[in-house]
Amino acid sequence: MSSLTHHAPRSGRRGSLLPWLAAPALVFFIGFAVIPLVGVFALGFTTWDGIGAIHPSGFDSWRAVLTDPGLPHALLVTFGVMVASWAFQTPMSILLGTFMAGRQRYRAVLGVIYFIPLLLSSAAIAVAYKALLNPTFGLGAGLGVDWLSKDWLGQPGLAFGVVIFIVSWQFIPFHSLIYQGGVQQIPASLYEAAQLDGAGRVRQFFSITLPALKYTIITSSTLMVVGSLTFFDLIYVLTEGGPGDATRVLALDMYKRGFQANLMGPASVIATILVLVGLGLALLLRRLGGKDAAASQLEGA
Amino acid sequence: MTTTLTKPQRQEKIARRERRPRSATQRRNWLGGLSGWLWLVVVAVPLYWTVITSLKDQSKYYAGNALAPSADSTLDNYRLVIESDFGQYFINSVVVAVGAVVPAITFSFMAAYAIVRGGSTRFLRVVNGLFLMGLAIPLQATIIPIYLIVIKLHLYDSLLALILPSIAFAIPLSVLVLANFIRDVPKELFDSMRVDGATEWTTLWRLAAPLTRPALITVTIYSALTIWNGFLLPLVLTQSPDKRTLPLAVWSLQGQFQVNVPAILAAVVLTTLPILVLYAFGRRQLLSGLTAGFGK
Repeated sequence: MSSLTHHAPRSGRRGSLLPWLAAPALVFFIGFAVIPLVGVFALGFTTWDGIGAIHPSGFDSWRAVLTDPGLPHALLVTFGVMVASWAFQTPMSILLGTFMAGRQRYRAVLGVIYFIPLLLSSAAIAVAYKALLNPTFGLGAGLGVDWLSKDWLGQPGLAFGVVIFIVSWQFIPFHSLIYQGGVQQIPASLYEAAQLDGAGRVRQFFSITLPALKYTIITSSTLMVVGSLTFFDLIYVLTEGGPGDATRVLALDMYKRGFQANLMGPASVIATILVLVGLGLALLLRRLGGKDAAASQLEGA
Repeated sequence: MTTTLTKPQRQEKIARRERRPRSATQRRNWLGGLSGWLWLVVVAVPLYWTVITSLKDQSKYYAGNALAPSADSTLDNYRLVIESDFGQYFINSVVVAVGAVVPAITFSFMAAYAIVRGGSTRFLRVVNGLFLMGLAIPLQATIIPIYLIVIKLHLYDSLLALILPSIAFAIPLSVLVLANFIRDVPKELFDSMRVDGATEWTTLWRLAAPLTRPALITVTIYSALTIWNGFLLPLVLTQSPDKRTLPLAVWSLQGQFQVNVPAILAAVVLTTLPILVLYAFGRRQLLSGLTAGFGK
């Protein structure tokens, strides 16, 4: 923070320009993020079909959503996707990150290929996987491999698993890149010292690598967890929340209520819940980071 | 959400960089190696299958080995996709991406500069807090009021309706990453610019911009990618076929082609091709920039 005070402009004329430099970004952010955020909360207390007039209706929408058994189910699916994708992606990303941190040339080449899924749109990925997993026309049927030609998207348990797999396929490269950066920052001297003390590789991993990656793990987990709330495109194109409502996460629930059933009031309530869950999780994870993370967050401010 | 380094940590990091980090990773790591090659297969097989199937003839693709390239490859599927107005969708995507990224990055850079240089004023601290909050909120949740605003502005079913919210969504992360890099510019340089009588406006473009060029390229690529691949905004805010962007087009082509799997996959490949070409050129910038921006 001290560097900021040093940088602060001294003459009044120059100081008066700085706030104006932030103005265009601020105007856009207020217009299309802050106002909509307030708006989504307000719309939760109205009835609107998306076309006609908006009528205030008190707590009607909230009551409708909170008494709907669909809500606990959507919450359950959302947290299920969050936990399962975190639990699969994190160990895999740490492993791949440590692997990619090696400076061998072929590992850099592998890294280039790993990264490709991250460049594709979720819609394109979902379309490709839908074709690939098709029980009659897909890869499994084409190869004549029975265990691969299941009705992957037609059974609730399998469809949920497929979503987790594709999410991981798409995002593990990104997180292993974060871990790669983290691992490369660990001083080699720590490992040399551990080796002198006779610590084996596994011991070194758990006593040096993992503790040193603490903040990297928190950063990556935060991105994963908050990001998992926004898996709308992938699931919408892949399963539309089905079969039944097996993969109907909150974001999908919001879209379907709002733009398919024309119930903008209840959809806004779901959106409000989505915002609160996101904020709550971000705060929780920041707290897990402890004092140091909070301090460095401030430094970033 | 990204944590940044405290000052001593950062100096230490710079010092370490000079020593060239020779970490544990040069020793053998069997488990890592195994998972590395395994992941290559997991990533590569679906991509490979998509490409070779898109080159097969619809009537014959089902007969042969699904993982072997067809002997008589055909570009007919690609012709079919291109004839389905693909050019229009491509142009729409370019207009939206360029139209949103240029202002988004320009405004974010100006804001990041103001926040770093004038961060002690109350106004700029509040602004910065607002942007940080934007990182923690799933902005997709604001789609219903955005839909309402777009209708009220009479922009529904136009490309501008996609551009305006995209600018806003790109700002928080861009400001955070750019501010982190502007903060690394030695203060003596700013001082000497001031002694030379330069205004903040000149300092912004003549000093800060060239020195943070890698970060500018990174946030440009990253937000362009996000906007290029965006699906929810076009889904909700447009309806005419001639306003579709590529992700929406690939989704609707899937419905149109039904069981013509090779054509569907040709559409997937075609929508992806422009990004892959850019990736081939800007890979280093993208990869190093992402680690610098997020791994801090």
